[in-house]
Amino acid sequence: MSAQIATDAAPAIASYNFAYLDEQTKRMIRRAILKAIAIPGYQVPFASREMPMPYGWGTGGVQVTAAIIGPEDVLKVIDQGADDTTNAVSIRAFFAKVANVATTTRTMEATIIQTRHRIPETKLSAGQVLVYQVPIPEPLRFLEPRETETRKMHALEEYGLMHVKLYEDIARHGEISTTYAYPVMVEGRYVMDPSPTPKFDNPKMHRSEALQLFGAGREKRIYAVPPFTEVVSLDFEDHPFEIQTFDRPCALCAAENVYLDEVVLDDSGGRMFVCSDTDHCEDRRAQGHRGEMAGHPLETAK
Amino acid sequence: MSDEILIEGDAGFAAVAASERPLLSVSGLSKIYGARIGCIDVSFDVWPGEVLAIVGESGSGKTTLLNCISSRLAPTTGTVSYQMRDGRMGDVFRMSEAERRHLMRTDWGFVHQNPIDGLRMSVSAGANVGERLMAVGQRHYGSIRAEASEWLGRVEIDADRIDDQPRAFSGGMRQRLQIARNLVTEPRLVFMDEPTGGLDVSVQARLLDLLRGLVSDLGLSVIIVTHDLAVARLLSDRILVMKEGRVIESGLTDRVLDDPRAPYTQLLVSSILQV
Amino acid sequence: MSPILVVSEVAKGFVMHLRGGLELPVVRHVGFSLSEGECAVLGGPSGVGKSSILKMLYGNYGVDAGQILVRHHERFVDVASAGPRQVLAVRRDTIGYVSQFLRAVPRVSALDVAAEPLVMRGTAAEEARRQAGALFEQLNLPERLWSLPPATFSGGEQQRVNIARGFITDHPVLLLDEPTASLDATNRDVVIELIRAKKRAGVALLGIFHDGEVRDAVADRIIDVSAFAPERTAA
Repeated sequence: MSAQIATDAAPAIASYNFAYLDEQTKRMIRRAILKAIAIPGYQVPFASREMPMPYGWGTGGVQVTAAIIGPEDVLKVIDQGADDTTNAVSIRAFFAKVANVATTTRTMEATIIQTRHRIPETKLSAGQVLVYQVPIPEPLRFLEPRETETRKMHALEEYGLMHVKLYEDIARHGEISTTYAYPVMVEGRYVMDPSPTPKFDNPKMHRSEALQLFGAGREKRIYAVPPFTEVVSLDFEDHPFEIQTFDRPCALCAAENVYLDEVVLDDSGGRMFVCSDTDHCEDRRAQGHRGEMAGHPLETAK
Repeated sequence: MSDEILIEGDAGFAAVAASERPLLSVSGLSKIYGARIGCIDVSFDVWPGEVLAIVGESGSGKTTLLNCISSRLAPTTGTVSYQMRDGRMGDVFRMSEAERRHLMRTDWGFVHQNPIDGLRMSVSAGANVGERLMAVGQRHYGSIRAEASEWLGRVEIDADRIDDQPRAFSGGMRQRLQIARNLVTEPRLVFMDEPTGGLDVSVQARLLDLLRGLVSDLGLSVIIVTHDLAVARLLSDRILVMKEGRVIESGLTDRVLDDPRAPYTQLLVSSILQV
Repeated sequence: MSPILVVSEVAKGFVMHLRGGLELPVVRHVGFSLSEGECAVLGGPSGVGKSSILKMLYGNYGVDAGQILVRHHERFVDVASAGPRQVLAVRRDTIGYVSQFLRAVPRVSALDVAAEPLVMRGTAAEEARRQAGALFEQLNLPERLWSLPPATFSGGEQQRVNIARGFITDHPVLLLDEPTASLDATNRDVVIELIRAKKRAGVALLGIFHDGEVRDAVADRIIDVSAFAPERTAA
């Protein structure tokens, strides 16, 4: 995370500043990040820049990463838990090119993990930074479209509306059917949208040792959850918050209590459930864990 | 709370029961829009359990006045003080915004002429009624729903409509839902802006009767703006007649309507169509 | 016997602004008093201002000059100058009024219309309805009408609802504006009996009765309103 002007750190592309953004922009973003850390869960406006990728591809997360990354950092990028999807591969390659940093797929080795919609299964530790790509930062948006009004509601801690949404879920579906972007209360003060991660990951945010930063490029907002911060999922006394459960372990590594993806195998209804966190799955298999379908060559599963 | 003030001469206040003092006290209130007058130098008190009607034709300033006293609009000059639940008088325009908004969603209600302005059209009737409860911290789904259901019953909406959105409701039902949504926190003061406007006569009668019952059962204080003198007669104890931003006559409702003094009031009363 | 109501030097006129400020004097120098257990009747030709006097006493009409003192909770209140809240308090506890016409409220049953004054004074709704029902029975109002709103009732039926509403409470002063105008002989006798019962209970009554029979049956004395006519006093 050392911030240095490194005009010659990336000699292959002399026309770019280190980590793509110019230093003034990085400073501006860092100020926003510092403010966000100082007020956990509060959405800090920032002057989001045009990035060489379309909105929706993680421009907010990329700007946050660019503002905090230093030459010594090791970067991991995941998309829905996987290191090998287009978005993850492109962003990893982007920073390898413009910042010349080391990249990894291993959660333990990374100092910065940029993520789209998952928190790694491996417990994060002090010193690591998790950077979330956020499409819509405002948790109140769907019930109150006026930004002036939602900001006032945050300022005055008027969060009855959040429970209106949960009430509607229960009234319609018999339970709180929100399964991702499940709203949380941060440090007993601000209601926050944890980005479209599955609610399965919400408990991992609570008192996490790692710093969590959230960047929304199109919406021009940055917010943060500093280490060891209280993050509580909203619920009702008689409908307490619950995470998803899976009735079988990972087909490849036999892991239980992890978030699983469904993978369709063929045209005749064949399917398997595997870890969404690919690094976690590979790690376990390397340690010798075997799931019920682990005998199949991986190629057929793809 | 430094934002609250006691009214002058409060030395013996503790000895006077809260019901013996005005709930709301408006003093020297004016709202000027540039060269145009909204309302000018209006003063009156509203007492606990009293229904006050503000009548006048459109443009007379009655809605501006209502918006000012309900703190939805800042007046140019004048004060509005309110007897808080702890018995102290609070200056509505010197409270913090947080305090004022809290007041507006707990101890006050506001019934809009058009229910769309007062309801969340895309959430269910139950959630519309329950919102205020959740806003003040109720976190038990079952009891919120039970209370919402009870209130729907009180405003004569069938319990099986609790999960329907108000867009599926008729105009009269929407208005009744808006009333339930306001009353669920048992406010002591409710502002109403032409609550029966735009409704069919039969629907109007039902709503008026319902309001009358609720007002007397709950001991509500109400400030109701209407251009319909029949509504004012049916619901209110006292009446203010407004013309060109000023209160030109006030008093006991039946006295003002049966023995109007001001020329304009006589004109208004004589303009009522007889059935 | 000490007076419960004292009217002195009361004057009333109307200014018709819609007719160029035309002034219509109604009464002047009105003065009389009323004691407990007494029934006084306002007399004089129609248009002389009898109804206006009743309405001023009830606070329904404004008063231009003079005093209307009524004993309200052991203190005298001047209805002529009292504020709205005080007038309402006097109406709730001290002065009752039976008007000639019923102002019907949509959807409210006859029973609840008659019971309302009691409920307003704190009687439980069930008990108030029971008492209203008893009065209806006395007034021969068919029971099938009790739960209906009186708006569609005949004049006589409406008037009986109105009488029940006025007689149900124990107000110490009762104003009666032609309560028997549209009643048949049987029900007229019932009303006469009701008035007598009120007198025995110490209620002071002031009424307008065009029906000579009723008047003779209940009146202790006649107050001739012609004496207060502006023409005569002006002369």
